Amino acid sequence: MQLTSKNPLTSKMKKTANINTALAAATCALLGTVPVAQADEGVWEMDAALLYYGETDRVTAVEGVFSASKDFGDEHVFSGKIILDSLTGASASGAVAQPNAQTYTRPSGRGQYVVAAGETPLDDTFHDTRVQLEAQWTQPLGDDMRGSTGVHLSKEYDYLSIAVNGSLAKDFNQKNTTVSAGLSLAFDTIDPEGGRPVAFSEMVIDQGQFANEEAYQAVFDATRQEGTDDKSTVDLMIGVTQIINRRMLMQFNYGFSMSDGYHTDPFKVLSVVNDQGLTQALVHEDRPTERTRHNFYWQTKYALDSGVADISYRYATDDWDINSHTIDSRLRFNLSDNTYIQPHFRYYQQSAAEFYQPFLLEGTALPTFASADYRLGEMTAYTIGLKYGMKMPSGNEWAFRLEYYQQDPKNAGFDEPGALQQLDLYPSLKAVIAQVSYSF
Amino acid sequence: MMRNKLIKITLALICVQLVGCANLGVQPWERDLLAKDEMALDSEGNDLGLDDHIYFSKEATSGGRAFAGGGCGCN
Repeated sequence: MQLTSKNPLTSKMKKTANINTALAAATCALLGTVPVAQADEGVWEMDAALLYYGETDRVTAVEGVFSASKDFGDEHVFSGKIILDSLTGASASGAVAQPNAQTYTRPSGRGQYVVAAGETPLDDTFHDTRVQLEAQWTQPLGDDMRGSTGVHLSKEYDYLSIAVNGSLAKDFNQKNTTVSAGLSLAFDTIDPEGGRPVAFSEMVIDQGQFANEEAYQAVFDATRQEGTDDKSTVDLMIGVTQIINRRMLMQFNYGFSMSDGYHTDPFKVLSVVNDQGLTQALVHEDRPTERTRHNFYWQTKYALDSGVADISYRYATDDWDINSHTIDSRLRFNLSDNTYIQPHFRYYQQSAAEFYQPFLLEGTALPTFASADYRLGEMTAYTIGLKYGMKMPSGNEWAFRLEYYQQDPKNAGFDEPGALQQLDLYPSLKAVIAQVSYSF
Repeated sequence: MMRNKLIKITLALICVQLVGCANLGVQPWERDLLAKDEMALDSEGNDLGLDDHIYFSKEATSGGRAFAGGGCGCN
């Protein structure tokens, strides 16, 4: 999850753009007086949303969000957010499909699951509940300057993430230009069910070769490391928001992120196949302990006569050799004074991590790092959706969103021996996203 | 290459927009359209946050609009 779901400083453009404030400021300027600080408290503004995310044959998630913000006077704004989500279903384990059925041990070491011939191996044990809390305080710091600070906490059964952030923004050029800089520090702790696997250790599968349960458990335990592990992340972001003209504004962000610690997915494995393409063993993946990322983000919003065009582009690159391009567009058309529809289109493309491998070949030297997680492989993805919103006479607003998301993993240039040529190693992932929102 | 083409298109779009607006910005009394709620950069905060969570969990890149790091063990 992102540390913050919005940039509190640049989002203040909305507040500063308030026409009443602008007119008041203009009047004061004409009269040659200094505006008296307004100490009026605002009201709580609340948003609630319920999201359903369902993949065909894989993961299903339900996520509820409640957010609230209030101006305590003089643009001293508190905002908070609570998120609860529940995840069930199956996730690709990283193993390759085979011409015959395969038996796997669950990550906990307790129990097995069988994958039918020709099917992509999915680990069906995922079940998790997560809670996330966010709080943010933003206030003016002298003329044309704002500061913001916040905390973030995300907790699930085997994962804890705690983060703090702080940022400054300054307006120039009659508030037409805003420059901001922010810093975030995050600390994550992981304690996976069944323990963290030893890098490249072989999955222990009980096929009757053990004398008893203790003998199996002793061999399984030898593939696991004691205790928890962690990861720390430093994020820096600088941004410029510029009003172009009466209809258009633009934002440019540069983000630098450096993380150090446990990046491996403890539930992912790689198949070791022979020159016939048949699986001989399954080994646990291992990823580098450091990652440095750069993000370049551009967004523009354009006010149409009856609607808004919102288009963004992101280029990201990192020292794992993953480069990605994302184009996102939302076009809002007002159907009446109180209703609108908004088509959404998103396109995403990424290259594979340098250590990504769909499988390992038997008899070749082990690489330093390797992962068959398709999310680190080459892929394209697109989202297409539609949102309908309606404002009630009370001023409260309902909105409904329905979207389709498809990922198409690609072969990043790996030769497939024998039986693997007849199997789909890069199956598409298809998901439906449905959401109901209420603002009051 | 797809990537080069995308970069060129983006740069061209930015140039066209910047050249077309030699005098950037507006006077305070010209903010009527910009002041609308739907013109705020985060006007759909919950939608954007939920989307970020989905794509963070399913793709190798995160951040851009907001901070990239930290998070959850989401699959």
